Amino acid sequence: MSQARTLDPTRWLGVPMLQVLAATLILGIPLRIWGLQLPEPLLPMPVVFAWAVIRPSVLAPFAILIMGLALDIFWGGSLGFWGLCLLIAYGVLLAGRNMMAGQSRTILWVWYGIVTGIALLSGYLFVMLDDKSMPSLFAVGWQYLWTVLLFPFAYRLIDMYEDADVRFR
Amino acid sequence: MSLRDSQFGDLKVPLTWTAAVALIVAAVVAVTLLLTDRRETFRPEAYGQTRSAADKVLAPVGQALSAPIRWTGAGVDAVRGYFFAISENRRLKGELKEMRQWRDVALALKNENGRFRSLLGLKTDPPIAMVGARIVIDSRGPFADTRIANAGREAGVAPGNPVMSEYGLVGRVIGVTAGASRVLMLTDAASRTPVMIERTNARAILAGDGGPNPRLDYLRGQDPVREGDRILTSGDGGMMPRGLPVGFAVKGLDAKWRVVLASDKGPIDFVRVLLFQDFTQLVDRKALDQLPVPPPTPGMPPDQGMASQAQAAQAEATQAAAATGGPPKAALAPKPAADKPVADKAKAPPAADVAPAAKSMAAKPKAAASEPGATAAKPPAKKAAAAKPATAKVPALDKAAPAKTPAAAKTAKPAQAKPAPAKPLPPKPAHKAAPAHAAAPEEPPT
Repeated sequence: MSQARTLDPTRWLGVPMLQVLAATLILGIPLRIWGLQLPEPLLPMPVVFAWAVIRPSVLAPFAILIMGLALDIFWGGSLGFWGLCLLIAYGVLLAGRNMMAGQSRTILWVWYGIVTGIALLSGYLFVMLDDKSMPSLFAVGWQYLWTVLLFPFAYRLIDMYEDADVRFR
Repeated sequence: MSLRDSQFGDLKVPLTWTAAVALIVAAVVAVTLLLTDRRETFRPEAYGQTRSAADKVLAPVGQALSAPIRWTGAGVDAVRGYFFAISENRRLKGELKEMRQWRDVALALKNENGRFRSLLGLKTDPPIAMVGARIVIDSRGPFADTRIANAGREAGVAPGNPVMSEYGLVGRVIGVTAGASRVLMLTDAASRTPVMIERTNARAILAGDGGPNPRLDYLRGQDPVREGDRILTSGDGGMMPRGLPVGFAVKGLDAKWRVVLASDKGPIDFVRVLLFQDFTQLVDRKALDQLPVPPPTPGMPPDQGMASQAQAAQAEATQAAAATGGPPKAALAPKPAADKPVADKAKAPPAADVAPAAKSMAAKPKAAASEPGATAAKPPAKKAAAAKPATAKVPALDKAAPAKTPAAAKTAKPAQAKPAPAKPLPPKPAHKAAPAHAAAPEEPPT
């Protein structure tokens, strides 16, 4: 066990986090193609999912909090809003991690869809409490759809680092 | 010395549990931030240093990132303009012909409108200065919908300023920093805008919900809105100027009235920030604070409304008398509202032109002033008092009525001695018309 190869946090936490923030910035460009705006998926979700599946980590929750705060500042929402939503999703994943170990890609996709739904549902509830209004279900569904389509990126990250630390296989 | 080499190097802690503890700590931090956030306020300091600094950095980054897209768009437009110049020219000529007719109509209406305004003495809104800006960051989503524009504090932009595209209202500024400002879109879940339906003048609140078509909430009246009605800002509350185009009413799939935003006709790339100062900033607050205080409950008879004030004044006067040993003159010193009834005879309008009650009220304190101890009731402002309606003056006399001090009793005496006549009085000396205020139910005619 002591000979186990440990993961370099900058590789599996730092780099994906920066990639997510850069992609969020690029999708924030005011661009319309044939009158349609660019989609606005919840880009940190694949990374959050992959981090929980790869291995439990002390640093990951704080990295998620930083990503959430960056989203709040970038999107102009209440500070702490996305951090909390993503941390709830991460907590659910951490609790159900044993059920996901060794599952096929399709089952993991289903899990990813469920956890994304939990993150957006918690966001829906927080907005209801904070703004005293119900956000549009259509808009939430649209963001959910685009976020669920990002699962291949999460799977790729899992594939890259799943075997890196044999203690958590 | 690293942790592994120290005495804690052999300490084994289950990683899942430590991860769970880290998760809880991070969640507590997030909850604390969420609870202390004050995004909805207009105060500049509520926007926070972090957001201001981030916007300051994001604005040039967004501008640089969107530059290739702008160049591409400009190139496509140039090519399109070259190939479609003839059809474009034909279309523009037709449009110009139509616009000339509209110009004539507009000039005639402007002239007529100006005459009506001068006839009515209407005070119109002051002209609003504007600042042009470009949207450099465009963030969307169901829970937050904001943009960053590249005009900031140096251009005079302030929180609360309305933002318009070439087609209509887009939103309002919620945060300003040097070189950048954040615009809360009408579609944001936190956005609330007072609007009106142009056809019926009915009022509503435009509430964003993260979707493309915000709701019309709090609609009043029967059939206040129909499909296709034009929606404008109402200007209620002084937050926005009146009459800015917002969009058109449609019935949503959820059977609620919604608005197709006029600004959705084209991309929101260039915007105008209206440097609009709301009415609360335009008025002189100090002058407003000097105005007399109305009765505490609207609709309550003034005599009842002022009774408690009179008792309070009496209590103060008694205390003052006890302290100084003199007569309680302070009980007779009226509040600013009570000052006004006393009229200067020379400046008062002719008695025949004024309602009897108003005449009597104007004259009444004059009689009281002749009594000893009533010197404090002499008014500082005599001019306005004569023209004031009787309702503004009744409280001043009724206030003095329940007073138990001798001076106060003398002040109230003429009121009880002479009842209000049922019909308007002929012009008489002012002190004889005084009892008109005795119409108050608790003062029976003698």
